[in-house]
Amino acid sequence: MFPTLRCIVRFYAEGFRSMTALGRTLWIVVLVKLFVMFAVLKLFFFPDFLAGKSDGERAAYVLEELTDGGA
Amino acid sequence: MDYLQTVDWSRAQFAMTAVYHWFFVPLTLGLSVLAAIMETLYYRTGDVFWRRTTRFWMRLFGINFAIGVATGLILEFEFGTNWSNYSHFVGDIFGAPLAIEGIMAFFLESTFIAVMFFGWDKVSRGAHLAATWLTAVGANLSALWILVANAWMQYPVGCRFNLQTVRNEMTSFWEVALSPVAVNKFFHAVASSFVLAALFVVGVSAWYLLRRREERMARGSIAIASFFGAVFAVVTAVTGDRSGAVVARVQPMKLAAMEALYDGEAGASLTVVGLLRRDRADDDGPFRFRIGIPKLLSWMSFRDAESYVPGIRDLVAGNAERGILSAEEMMARGRKAVAELGRYRAAREAGDRAAMAAVERKFDPAAPEGEEFLREYFAYFGYGYLESPAQTVPNVPLLFYSFRVMVGAGVFFIVLLAAVWWLNRRGTLASARWLLRLCVWMIPVAYLASQAGWAVAEAGRQPWAVQNLMPVGVAASKIPSASVGTTFFLFLALFTVLLAVEISILLRQIRLGPDGAEIPEPEKL
Repeated sequence: MFPTLRCIVRFYAEGFRSMTALGRTLWIVVLVKLFVMFAVLKLFFFPDFLAGKSDGERAAYVLEELTDGGA
Repeated sequence: MDYLQTVDWSRAQFAMTAVYHWFFVPLTLGLSVLAAIMETLYYRTGDVFWRRTTRFWMRLFGINFAIGVATGLILEFEFGTNWSNYSHFVGDIFGAPLAIEGIMAFFLESTFIAVMFFGWDKVSRGAHLAATWLTAVGANLSALWILVANAWMQYPVGCRFNLQTVRNEMTSFWEVALSPVAVNKFFHAVASSFVLAALFVVGVSAWYLLRRREERMARGSIAIASFFGAVFAVVTAVTGDRSGAVVARVQPMKLAAMEALYDGEAGASLTVVGLLRRDRADDDGPFRFRIGIPKLLSWMSFRDAESYVPGIRDLVAGNAERGILSAEEMMARGRKAVAELGRYRAAREAGDRAAMAAVERKFDPAAPEGEEFLREYFAYFGYGYLESPAQTVPNVPLLFYSFRVMVGAGVFFIVLLAAVWWLNRRGTLASARWLLRLCVWMIPVAYLASQAGWAVAEAGRQPWAVQNLMPVGVAASKIPSASVGTTFFLFLALFTVLLAVEISILLRQIRLGPDGAEIPEPEKL
């Protein structure tokens, strides 16, 4: 098991080491994008609207929304 | 008032996010398969030309994949924030396909994409080829589960509404996964993505031929992509036709709006081209001019050239002769279903178990009164929230013109790709420079047609978030419209930057060519 794991780790390490300039640029774009999405957007702009409520409270909240008529 | 604005902002934000997300997806789906086909040729022939060609297209695939990856996650965030009532109401039915997508397809794709990019000369040729194909399969499986979830919104089957949890629960996975809407939607969306990718490869290769660069690679790529694209353009047309027949049954208002068919008719003709009047209630009819094919709409809808296709007025005012309920009647039935839910809420808050049990029986398909209530009233639940029958009509001009852009472009692509394949085979394509220029310009047209297809599918579903069960007004969260408006522009900026980065990197890599060498003085197109 360990030799296989070592092979996989080495495969990835060599892959990253021998990456072209284009590959590096793309990884930077990916990391910046993921940071913006998870550390900025998710934290500050996407609070889960029903978060912190138990299943029963969520059901009661949505029942209230549905029976109060929405728009 | 603020809530209505919130709904509109939330819809605009979701539509904008989905449009940008779909700029990345179809090329990933199609180019992964085309790269796999080219690598298969390398594996079978051992010719390094195909290895070089595969690696070039794989590089462009990698750019598109890297920039586009995880853009769909913002859509999932929006479900929780802007559409919390919807997210709770659809429950596990929507969650299950998305979870399968995340666990199975995305990890399959992510695992093998590493071997695909890092594995050249490190794993055997066969193992590398398998990784490339598995990446393509994984990408397309991801699309399958997303499209299954979307299809359920258009045609909610295989579920039961649970009164206690106030959410729909899946009763049959296979009914959800293999519904006619899901099956047609998957094959139609994937086949059209293959066509887009084929046009991308043909367009980029045409650009090389125009500049007399990389001519062997360009001709070889065109040979594969034009044949592949022509075949899948036909598959797109066939699945589109089947989708139309399903829409006629399960979303008749969408079909009527796509055709701007206000008055239903037997032996209805299909509009090929037309210009709509501004005043749709005009006595002269909805068209300034129109060219149609007699009886074709009836045949395509119900496979019977004389069948009756209901129009918008039939579906709003009802047509007793044809057994079509009026929107008013459906709204009355929906209000009764909503009122029963209100009774349940009051009983639950009062702790009246007998009253709760009475309502529960109505929502139980196994109980005699439940079977009737669910069929006659709950089936129209969403209509109970509408304020006027006119709300059941989607945006007719948007659907009418989007549908014609999609179909017109699709038919043209069949002819174009077949012609390009034939001329390339005869060795005369390089001299048809006007056709090569046309191929380059077809890249943005393919994206436009693809987006127009989604406009038909999603704008045609309005006013529903879930067809007949939940209108968008009820699906949205009650959050301040100002915050949704602010995030709209934030995402617009983020996605525009991402798209600009992708286009600039792609163009640079195309200019560099397969060996990464810049050509000093490029000849103008």
